Amino acid sequence: MNNLQSLSLYWPELILTVTVLVTIIADLFYSAKESGKTALWVLGGLVLTYLAIRLQDSTIVTTLFMENLAFDPYASFFKTLIILATVFVIFISQRTSELDGYRTGEYYALLAIMVFGMFLMVSAIDLIMVYLAIEIVSISSFILAGYLRNDLRSNEASLKYVIYGAFSSGIMLFGLSIVFGLAGSTKFFAIQEAMWNLEGSADFAFTLATIFILAGFGYKISAVPFHFWTPDVYEGSPTSITAYLSVAPKAAGFALIIRFFNQVFGDGASFMDPSLTTYTELPWPQLLAVLAVITMTLGNLVAMQQNNIKRMLAYSSIAHAGYMLMALPTLSSQGVYAVMIYLVMYLFMNLGAFFVVIYVKSQGGGETFDDFSGLGWKIPIVGIVMTIFMISLTGIPPTAGFIGKFYIFAAVINSGPQLYWLAIVGGINSVISLYYYMRVVKVMFFEGKSSESVIVPPFAVLLILMALAIPTVIFGIYWVPIANWVSKSLVLFTQVI
Amino acid sequence: MDSLNTYLFIAAILFSLGLFGVITRRNGVAVLMGIELILNAANLNFLAFAKYGGMNIVGHIFALFVIIMAAAEAAVALAIIINIYNNFRTINIDDVRELQQ
Repeated sequence: MNNLQSLSLYWPELILTVTVLVTIIADLFYSAKESGKTALWVLGGLVLTYLAIRLQDSTIVTTLFMENLAFDPYASFFKTLIILATVFVIFISQRTSELDGYRTGEYYALLAIMVFGMFLMVSAIDLIMVYLAIEIVSISSFILAGYLRNDLRSNEASLKYVIYGAFSSGIMLFGLSIVFGLAGSTKFFAIQEAMWNLEGSADFAFTLATIFILAGFGYKISAVPFHFWTPDVYEGSPTSITAYLSVAPKAAGFALIIRFFNQVFGDGASFMDPSLTTYTELPWPQLLAVLAVITMTLGNLVAMQQNNIKRMLAYSSIAHAGYMLMALPTLSSQGVYAVMIYLVMYLFMNLGAFFVVIYVKSQGGGETFDDFSGLGWKIPIVGIVMTIFMISLTGIPPTAGFIGKFYIFAAVINSGPQLYWLAIVGGINSVISLYYYMRVVKVMFFEGKSSESVIVPPFAVLLILMALAIPTVIFGIYWVPIANWVSKSLVLFTQVI
Repeated sequence: MDSLNTYLFIAAILFSLGLFGVITRRNGVAVLMGIELILNAANLNFLAFAKYGGMNIVGHIFALFVIIMAAAEAAVALAIIINIYNNFRTINIDDVRELQQ
């Protein structure tokens, strides 16, 4: 579609842009104390954006702005998921004590900018767009990670984030430049076609470029060995931002990886055919499989040794990225389907776990295991809800986490005997993760002295907790709506060779 | 030696120097300079391919966007480093150790 026609399908992003501008201007009229009210503007803008996405004709599958962005149900699915995560994080940010004393107008404006960047990430089909989208998300998250200007830990988090982030996006850019030179174009479809006709002598250059590009993508989803920033940034950032970083940019990163690999390395049609299909000689499914294995193993093994719950959850989020990566080497629609379901389930349980950490900290507690001891007796409702999230993160039925894992393992096993080993490693890892998740439960209920007085959280906190915990349980028993939504959304704009 | 290879060779050297700088330097600003070298190595690649590969405008546009993004990134990174200096009185990234290692 040409530029003018594209605008009619670009309403969600346009509304978001206006939201960002309105938020920044509205913040000028608020005093420092009232600055938090800008959250309302962002929330309103997000609701309008969501409505705009829903009102779009979901049967249209096309490209926008001269093949710069794809417009398909797949992108709309991820956009909805990102909006959902952002709305939760805005509500969570209202309840955190860490932001006290800071002007929060920019905070919410930056969140909206990140949403915009992620919208571009999930629909980019041009290398320039890929780079710009990743940078928009990265640069605003650098600032958000260091939002607590006077807090040394937040300072350190933002420094590490900006150095690792700029470094890995630089490496990715170098990889993109090699791909551009080999293929002669920045469009995914043209690259795919060029790959088809590439001489064997260029294979090495292309493999090298792919590894460079993986550095950029892997950094966004915090896959080992591009994960070094994750623990420090997750621990030092405001916890609401940690929760956000562990869910939304990760989902957008997976959307981008799947679109990129399916279009550039696959034949573009692998979504209709559940078998392994790739025409290039590159060993990229093996590459992703190895990446998945080291990601989840390292994440789980290091998570066991942590004493800080935020840091433990950081390593656990690395492990979860590994589980999701496991489904990508299958190159099948079933694998992508599994990743999408997993991301929905992961959103609720991970945001929930981080929200409990925020609430405990705002109650005068800290972030270490010691601060959680006896929590189950002191604040029973929080103890029970945290137990649900921990069970779900481990992947034990009847919780959402189990359903997510079930689909991933099913996709891996169904793709044939050559990936059985991957499923076995994944199973062993799930068992390892049981140790540190259950340690939280053990500390909450079996350690520390039980206190006489029972604290009941305020209504707003209960509401957020329930909004996250109830889906975690319900989707473990009745996940048909999610499955239907995902299977309807599994339509990508592709070009089949 | 034909011209495209010369450019690619120089870009590869720049990239390696940038990589070396990021890994070995401990001064925050010097690390950022290493990152700039990497970005400019990629830029050189884009421009060389644009000139010799016959894909004129796209390579130039890509390079322009990279320059813009590099400037934005440098602005944010320098602001963070200034903030680090205010709080820690150092810009040596090894001395910034508040979090568990």
